[in-house]
Amino acid sequence: MLQRGASSATADAGLALSLRRRWRFGEKTIESFILLNGLLAIIVLLGVLFLLMREGLPVFTYTSPLKFFFGTKWYPVSEPPTFGMLSFFVATLWVTLVATAIAVPIGVGCAAYLAEVAPASVRETVKPIVELLAGIPSVVMGLIGLMLLSPLVQSTFNLNTGLSGLTAAIMLSMMSLPIIVSVSEDALRAVPKEFREASYALGATRWETIRHVCIPGALSGIAAAVMLGVGRAIGETMTVLMVAGGALAVPYSPTEPMMPMTAAIASGIGNAVRGGLQYQALFAIGLILFLMTLSVNLIADRVLERQKRKFTR
Amino acid sequence: MAVQAIGKRELTQRTAFSLLVLAVAIVVIPVVFIIAYIIANGAGAISWDFLTQPPSQAGKAGGIFPAIVGTLYLMLGALIFSLPVGVLAGIYLTEYARDNWLTRLINMAILNLAGVPSIVYGLFGLGLFVMTMKFGMSLLSASLTLACQALAMTITTSREAIITVPREYREGSLATGATKWQTIRHVVLPQALPGIITGAILAMSRAAGETAPILVVGAAFILPGLPGSPFDQFMALPYHLYTTAAHVPGMPKTTIWGIALVLLVVVLSFNSLAVFIRIRVRQRRFGS
Repeated sequence: MLQRGASSATADAGLALSLRRRWRFGEKTIESFILLNGLLAIIVLLGVLFLLMREGLPVFTYTSPLKFFFGTKWYPVSEPPTFGMLSFFVATLWVTLVATAIAVPIGVGCAAYLAEVAPASVRETVKPIVELLAGIPSVVMGLIGLMLLSPLVQSTFNLNTGLSGLTAAIMLSMMSLPIIVSVSEDALRAVPKEFREASYALGATRWETIRHVCIPGALSGIAAAVMLGVGRAIGETMTVLMVAGGALAVPYSPTEPMMPMTAAIASGIGNAVRGGLQYQALFAIGLILFLMTLSVNLIADRVLERQKRKFTR
Repeated sequence: MAVQAIGKRELTQRTAFSLLVLAVAIVVIPVVFIIAYIIANGAGAISWDFLTQPPSQAGKAGGIFPAIVGTLYLMLGALIFSLPVGVLAGIYLTEYARDNWLTRLINMAILNLAGVPSIVYGLFGLGLFVMTMKFGMSLLSASLTLACQALAMTITTSREAIITVPREYREGSLATGATKWQTIRHVVLPQALPGIITGAILAMSRAAGETAPILVVGAAFILPGLPGSPFDQFMALPYHLYTTAAHVPGMPKTTIWGIALVLLVVVLSFNSLAVFIRIRVRQRRFGS
């Protein structure tokens, strides 16, 4: 009896030990598995970069990077084919520039109103609507641009076609508004209350406080918001594919029909022979696009980081 | 004199504030108009047959059933491939990661993943899943591509959800002798679940609306039936909308707006569901 008790006790101890060992082993396995998943974001980002380089860089054995970037002729199926992407790049610049010029004053104004002026009830109504805008799929925005905005732009500016860089830019400005509004509003809110109170104590009005205290204080956050909006506009695909007009010439004015880089990839990739020259050239455009948005986002991240540090003591 | 000066500053403030209100109006009015317009012009196309029949005559007649099902498959696929890894990454960042260069690098990578253009994800999916892994132009390739795109969102929402679980819960569990993983598994994750679900729903709604990636990795315009396996091609609502609107001449306008309406309902209902859960959770946590 006693002996049985003792042996069962050692058995229990043995069981506990082995359980603990198994736990420890289990914990180690789980921990390394979790670490692997933690690294996944880096792995995917590097994977995208690697893949774009692997599929895209070979085109430079056919045409020089200089000719590729500054060439204005894109004839992928003529014999021999020519790949010059300057017109796509200029189109992307036009569309992004005009979209940003429209979106920034409106977005920052909206953010300033929401953060500094609006009563809670207005804010509670407007914010969900801004979130709603962020949720509308880009193909639906493209449809709106195609069916409703482009006839309007055509008649207003007296153009040959309403499908132009300007139409795309107006739609893009709407699509980059949610991020500009929300990031700028956060930046404005981060400006300490004491700053505003000091300004009121000096006799400044609310507008003077916003204009000379809040906005300068939140400036780097607002700059980051603008950068994020720019990144959104550069990378947007469906809307510009449907609305920008798709002309291959270098656009000299935003009211011309044009083909931004994203649209060039989307419209060309379906016909490109897998692994062929055109396929490689489109991946090379993708690589340039990736590097452009990456640098814009990195700068935005840096600026935002600095803004965060500004008011923490 | 002094009164006049104040009056002038008042006037400046009034003008400035009305400009700010104008900015808000410019943001809000088009959104309301777009939604109202799509409902008004698309509602006429919605019928039982439209939702349950396959398309005919290049989409001009018949319904959009295969596109609806394809989109649901894509949402599910993107969820299956991005949620578990996203949650585990969130666990790593909140429970295991120290404040060092690696963690900063991971956070930077997440931020940048969110900013990669959707068409670039499409190229990535084409090069990796379609070509290298030989999954072909298929539902599987498209799901994996959309999952990569959703990854940044599932990681950040899981991280936010896990980080709000009070520290006392973890300490209480550890004090009873539970290991770290047991604590995470039985204490932290159940508490963070509503937040994680919110992120999952948002990721699905995003996947439902994406067009550019699936245009590259395998959506088909018209298919006779539903995909029978993950290796089949598929139809999807946003791609169907794009093709009918931009490439089918003589397409009835009502049908186009009808497709847009169905897509919008799918995407926005999932979005509102996420917002609803978020509000409920906040009320429960801070309400009492």
